[in-house]
Amino acid sequence: MTAPASTKGAPAAGEERVISVREVSKIFRPGGRPVSALARVSMEIRRGIITGLVGPDGAGKTTLMRILAGLMIPDSGEVNVLGMSAISQSLKVQASIGYMPQRFGLYEDLTMRENMDLYADLQGVPEESRPERFQELLRMTGLSAFTSRLARRLSGGMKQKLGLACTLIRPPQLLLLDEPTVGVDPVSRRELWTIVARLVREGGMTVLLSTAYLDEAEHCGEVIILHEGQVLGSGPPNDFKRQVKDRTFAVRAGGIKKRDVQESLAVTQGVLDAVIQGDSVRVVTETAALPDAATLLPGIENVSIQPVPPRFEDGFIAILRELRKGEGTKGSAAAVAPALAKNKANGDHIIEVRDVERRFGDFYAVKGITFDVKRGEVFGLLGANGAGKSTTFRMLCGLLPASGGRLLVDNTDLRHAAAAARSRIGYMSQKFSLYGNLSVRQNLHFFSSAYGLSGQRRTERISSVLEQFELSGYADTRSLDLSLGHKQRLAMACALMHEPDVLFLDEPTSGVDPLARREFWHRINELSGRGVTVLVTTHFMEESEYCDRLAIMSAGRILALGQPGDIKAMAATPETPEPSMEDAFISLIMADEQAGDSR
Amino acid sequence: MRMRGLVRKELLQVIRDPSSIAIAFLMPVVLLILFGYGVSLDAEHVPIALVVEHPDAETAGFTSVFRQSRYFSPVGFREMKGAEDAMRKGLVDGIIHLREDFSRRTRDAGGAPVQVIVNGIDANNARLISGYVEGAWSTWLQQKAIADGVAGVPVQVEQRVWFNSEMRSRNFLVPGLIAVIMTLIGALLTALVVAREWERGTMEALMVTPVTMKEILLGKLVPYFFLGMGGMALSVTMAVWQFGVPLRGSLAVLFASSSLFLLVALGMGLLISTLAKNQFVAGQVAIIVTFLPAFILSGFIFDIGSMPAPIRLFTHVIAARYFVEILQTVFLAGNVWPVILPNALALLLMAAVFFGIIRRKSRKRLD
Repeated sequence: MTAPASTKGAPAAGEERVISVREVSKIFRPGGRPVSALARVSMEIRRGIITGLVGPDGAGKTTLMRILAGLMIPDSGEVNVLGMSAISQSLKVQASIGYMPQRFGLYEDLTMRENMDLYADLQGVPEESRPERFQELLRMTGLSAFTSRLARRLSGGMKQKLGLACTLIRPPQLLLLDEPTVGVDPVSRRELWTIVARLVREGGMTVLLSTAYLDEAEHCGEVIILHEGQVLGSGPPNDFKRQVKDRTFAVRAGGIKKRDVQESLAVTQGVLDAVIQGDSVRVVTETAALPDAATLLPGIENVSIQPVPPRFEDGFIAILRELRKGEGTKGSAAAVAPALAKNKANGDHIIEVRDVERRFGDFYAVKGITFDVKRGEVFGLLGANGAGKSTTFRMLCGLLPASGGRLLVDNTDLRHAAAAARSRIGYMSQKFSLYGNLSVRQNLHFFSSAYGLSGQRRTERISSVLEQFELSGYADTRSLDLSLGHKQRLAMACALMHEPDVLFLDEPTSGVDPLARREFWHRINELSGRGVTVLVTTHFMEESEYCDRLAIMSAGRILALGQPGDIKAMAATPETPEPSMEDAFISLIMADEQAGDSR
Repeated sequence: MRMRGLVRKELLQVIRDPSSIAIAFLMPVVLLILFGYGVSLDAEHVPIALVVEHPDAETAGFTSVFRQSRYFSPVGFREMKGAEDAMRKGLVDGIIHLREDFSRRTRDAGGAPVQVIVNGIDANNARLISGYVEGAWSTWLQQKAIADGVAGVPVQVEQRVWFNSEMRSRNFLVPGLIAVIMTLIGALLTALVVAREWERGTMEALMVTPVTMKEILLGKLVPYFFLGMGGMALSVTMAVWQFGVPLRGSLAVLFASSSLFLLVALGMGLLISTLAKNQFVAGQVAIIVTFLPAFILSGFIFDIGSMPAPIRLFTHVIAARYFVEILQTVFLAGNVWPVILPNALALLLMAAVFFGIIRRKSRKRLD
């Protein structure tokens, strides 16, 4: 893809190369088995703009960042940063760049001020210029009021901004940010982007930022897509959009649940991508022509199809689909078809949560939450890291006692319940919690025994799950060697071995590529179609559209509860009549903060 | 400026993290109290059964030796059965059996047999008991000889104990313990705090600043050196004031040799942390390769001289061994240079080797 001059950045910017990477390869050998993290990667980063490095977990983003910062040596290739070799002159490179690692590199036992002092000492900022610089950074990040607070006691968003302030203590020419926004609440994400954009605009800084959020690519001057250690494309976001020009549409079908419409569209011939967006289904087609309603959704009336402007994500999906042609990841139509006709939620509550709280010392991880989940519902918990989502899940599964309140799953308190009650729930935890050195089949075998399946029934379940999750081809692969998307599939399969009534999924889509995420939601829909109640946590705002109902959580409390449409409607203003879930989330947090201030 | 920043950060972390303080100051106190009061290798007030089948003046004279001894607390029995029961129940650790005809046979040419049965489960204790019984026996014989007006025993053994004249085990346990404590602070604490930096991702952030690896290492060495010397000072104070262990050598020698050993311990800690990058593994490795050998193979409790040759040879790579020898010498004997110098030289050599390896091993790289 050719790169026309950027629309963002200072007038003089854009031509000079700040970073140039030539044919860089890096192979890791965890346990003796070679894994290619980067395979002959070449790229150029231009001065004075924000370049986004986009890709799922395991794409090689962090490895590339570390190589650029001189913290790793590539196996082959050349790396030039600010005119110096990051391989032979790493100390000099480190003296002129700013680099924020994924966990922000803060000392939890030190206060905000002490962290800043430390990095000022390390970066050699003269004593006399510090007060002014600190003032400036604190004003920029809005952290002035918290300088004596221990870093441990800061929220995720504040840690992120403090990490950035520490990186910027001595203004660098080049700023490398490794996934600065992952798991952080949308307000802080938006603030970070504002700060970074200002650094580039006013300070003439060059920024390379890696992210797994595709919507953030739109803020970048240029985007590089990294996938499985290879560059899939690079250029301004508009270039990616242009690829899917006239191929994006919003489809509405009156009287049918949008999730069922989406399921059906996703398997239709000629459709590359179908996702729920607001009250319609966003479709990317293979060819640039207005599709016919009768071929898209045969037998359904009241179908409206409107062209919509393309997004960066559409272009990315088109590239990925091209790459995976013939891999058959779209799922079978037969499995989904009945869902269109089905109407399942039957009203009675399978989960009841009343005034539940959970303290850790003097810290409330969850503070007085109340909600119900109906049988067969897909219920989402949406919130940033540290909002209390996982704690709520652990309490519901009986893994963690509540400090107060009442929790019932199918009329039993799992804390006191016998194994029988527990055998009716399935839980997939956030971290990959399978046995890495066992094969896929051995893992399934183990988990089915753990749930008391044996003999004929176990054999049947294993083969049906292998087929259902399209894992048959990997049955004898060590689960450690699977891709992240396949690992997640296996983890979900293990949680479903005993056919539970309720399934808890803790951030199942975090870090996996967008195709795997779509596929995952497809499976969740399928399960829900069979009457399984699914509770799912996520920090991807747009995924909340797939839920029947959801709760938005922040700092251990539920800020809003209801159907996605209702929650968004609460945030509607004359300026933004159709807010996105992210807009809604932000306005809820803002309102909550204001209420907190006046309290 | 960079060093100042690193050292200040480390000190702040120590102050705010109760576990570092606990390892540096609480652990020494607990260990010293435990070993100073709780553990004793001396046999005192050992319960024994005295079976006297036919008590008379003769047997009373014999048993009074045991009754007056501070090593034994005897319980009297008339027949073996009761004594054997008591032994089985673990109420007594030994039986001394005087038969019915004891008094009569003492006047015979062959002498009177005394049966001594010792509980051999604790071999160390058993040896002590039989030794004491023999001692008591010969004391009684001497007294008797004098009383009978017989002209003395032909040979008399006169024992004198040097250095630890009261033969208190505490006097050599406590100095040895100081070596164990310093190993803990130097190796375990250092390994843990470096691993913590890896675990929390702060090492990555440090490395990308203009700071050099040498500064990062020194920034760890300096604060924990002072912490270790603090623990050392506390232990020495407790040893002298609380437990009355004599300190015959000079403080300067004590200070110099401790600094040397602490360097070795810190070197081990840093070396472990370059290999183990999470706290759990670092802790395990530090306990197994530094703390346990310092405990078992340093001569602190178990005499190196009585170990089998291969293990004796192996103790030469245990740094604590040299330090224990220096400490026991400085405390109990004084500045005995022929002992102190070779051991100090060995420590110096080990410190040089460890820091040489660290210097080569630690590069400013994440892979």
